[in-house]
Amino acid sequence: MANDILTVEGLKAYYQMNYFGVEREVRAVDDVTMRVKANEIYGIAGESSSGKTSFIKVLAAAIRPPFRIVDGSVTYRFNGTPIDVAHAGEDEIAKIRWKHLSYIMQGSMSVLNPVRRVHSAFKDFAFRPMGLKREAFWEAVEAHLARLHLEPGVLRAYPHELSGGMRQRVTIALATVCQPEFIIADEPTTALDVVVQKDVLAMIREVQQALGSSVVFVTHDMSVHANITDRLAIVYAGRIVEEAPTRTIFTAARHPYTRHLVASLPRIGDTSPKPSLEGRPPSLAEPPAGCRFHPRCPIAIERCRKEVPVLEERPGGHRVACFRADEALSPAKVLHVEESLS
Amino acid sequence: MSASPLLDVRDVSKVFTMGGVLSRKQIKAVNEVSFALSAKKPEIFTIIGESGSGKTTLARMILGSEVPTSGELLFEGKDIAARRGAERLAFMARVQPIFQNPFEAFNPLKRVDRYLASTARRFLNARTEAEMEGPMDEALQHVGLSLREVKGRFPHELSGGQLQRTAIARALISKPSVIVADEPVSMVDASLRMAIVNLFKRLRNELGVTIIYITHDLATAYYISDRIIIMQKGHVVEMGPARPILEAPQHPYSQLLKRSVLSFDGAGGGRITRSGREEVDTSAEALIKGRLKPAGDGRLVRVG
Repeated sequence: MANDILTVEGLKAYYQMNYFGVEREVRAVDDVTMRVKANEIYGIAGESSSGKTSFIKVLAAAIRPPFRIVDGSVTYRFNGTPIDVAHAGEDEIAKIRWKHLSYIMQGSMSVLNPVRRVHSAFKDFAFRPMGLKREAFWEAVEAHLARLHLEPGVLRAYPHELSGGMRQRVTIALATVCQPEFIIADEPTTALDVVVQKDVLAMIREVQQALGSSVVFVTHDMSVHANITDRLAIVYAGRIVEEAPTRTIFTAARHPYTRHLVASLPRIGDTSPKPSLEGRPPSLAEPPAGCRFHPRCPIAIERCRKEVPVLEERPGGHRVACFRADEALSPAKVLHVEESLS
Repeated sequence: MSASPLLDVRDVSKVFTMGGVLSRKQIKAVNEVSFALSAKKPEIFTIIGESGSGKTTLARMILGSEVPTSGELLFEGKDIAARRGAERLAFMARVQPIFQNPFEAFNPLKRVDRYLASTARRFLNARTEAEMEGPMDEALQHVGLSLREVKGRFPHELSGGQLQRTAIARALISKPSVIVADEPVSMVDASLRMAIVNLFKRLRNELGVTIIYITHDLATAYYISDRIIIMQKGHVVEMGPARPILEAPQHPYSQLLKRSVLSFDGAGGGRITRSGREEVDTSAEALIKGRLKPAGDGRLVRVG
């Protein structure tokens, strides 16, 4: 579609290792097809080792061996010109990086050099892509910092002089100062306290609205997704199992894994017992046959053990990969996985 | 006088001195905190606060690894800091810690059952393999694992949830009456988080273990706690029964925390707003000098 800024088609990206003749293949991203529209926040939710970080490595065009793209395409459309970062050369990617495609990283302390002042990070990252004269550049940087409620004085500070929330805001400013069309955010608020987290999330949303950018927002925290994303994809063992407008995920999810995630959220004012899911996510080196969720699924049938369900389109922009998606999941079945209940 | 409480924290303060001779700075990490845990009624006692609120320092004092600057902590009527030698060992067996990140709590090069075995050797004075394995297996059964599953495994061979449960099992070997859990779920995935907090409930109900649960997550605190204290910059600003406080907090800082909890109403609207911390901080600063006053329904609130 015309207003899609990112189109991913049949993407397969594996870690392929060959040590002393022993070949090992980890299928971190397995047959992913999705698109991100202009001016939306697209959420990706999944447990650790579900392959979500590998997926955004591909989106950020930051692939290093032994991680390789095996199949598929990742096409961005900036100013109408398509570029497939899965196959583009390093110089082509360098042209779009930071100016059009940027990245908010998780650990603010490891992004900023601890022995250099904050302004040098801005100079390193943004001066060249922005292509402004020195004075105009610093003016633009300061105007942008104001958007994130930061004083110009932070530019003179060393990273350790700033609080965790301020540091994270600096890295957000760094990633958005060039007004990129596409921003990848990898767990940007996981390490923050509740109050600071809410402020940082609100600012990410404000900046996104002001710039009209698209954001891919990755976190395992469903409450963050509920508050910031427009559409949400649930990732399990390297595949998207469900994708829908965020509201639909929280009110009318069809995949048993998604339903479990939503049902297990604790809320203030709700004293009902919450289920917990037994078992563990499968190893991506030897994923189970058929649907990868079937060993932990409360409603799995014989077919789930043999066939791989495809991500099927349903009305309302809802996609689900489950043979039992139309099964009415009774509360008793959701709770069947619950053993450790008081 | 009635029987002394299990743990009695009396006006405990901790001051850290930082810097050199000329630029000495004093930081009050914990300021006159008092509470008591009953020996008769096991409970989940939650300490809520942001980073820098002194909640971890308070936990370290309860564990006896930090000595309070003023005030005293009594465990079964005896000062924790004054215990030495065999007395201290006996105290350690009764009050056990669980740490935040299960992947860092275990040495990656040591088999996890060695931790269980050394705990059994130290606290139960077990000498032979059979003597050790009985309590080890029993503790693992309590957390839904068994010695067969864990024996001979390295930390990387277990999932995060299994590791955290092994850490809890290790704490259970010495049959403690108090477990101090410092942010035990902040590093684990959402689906495992509920497994861990449900386990805490079960330990309280079935084994009668009192759990001191330290967290900044109000939603899980609401879900499992009997009583809570909310700390701000070393001061207790509100304490009492968990559910009434979290449903309707009275102190401005508690209200700020409650407001900052991400809600699920209207999910997907993308209408997140800022917490409004600036307005609250000034009013809370004035209130910090106030005193804790009873406010009906068993709670104490700091008022100016």
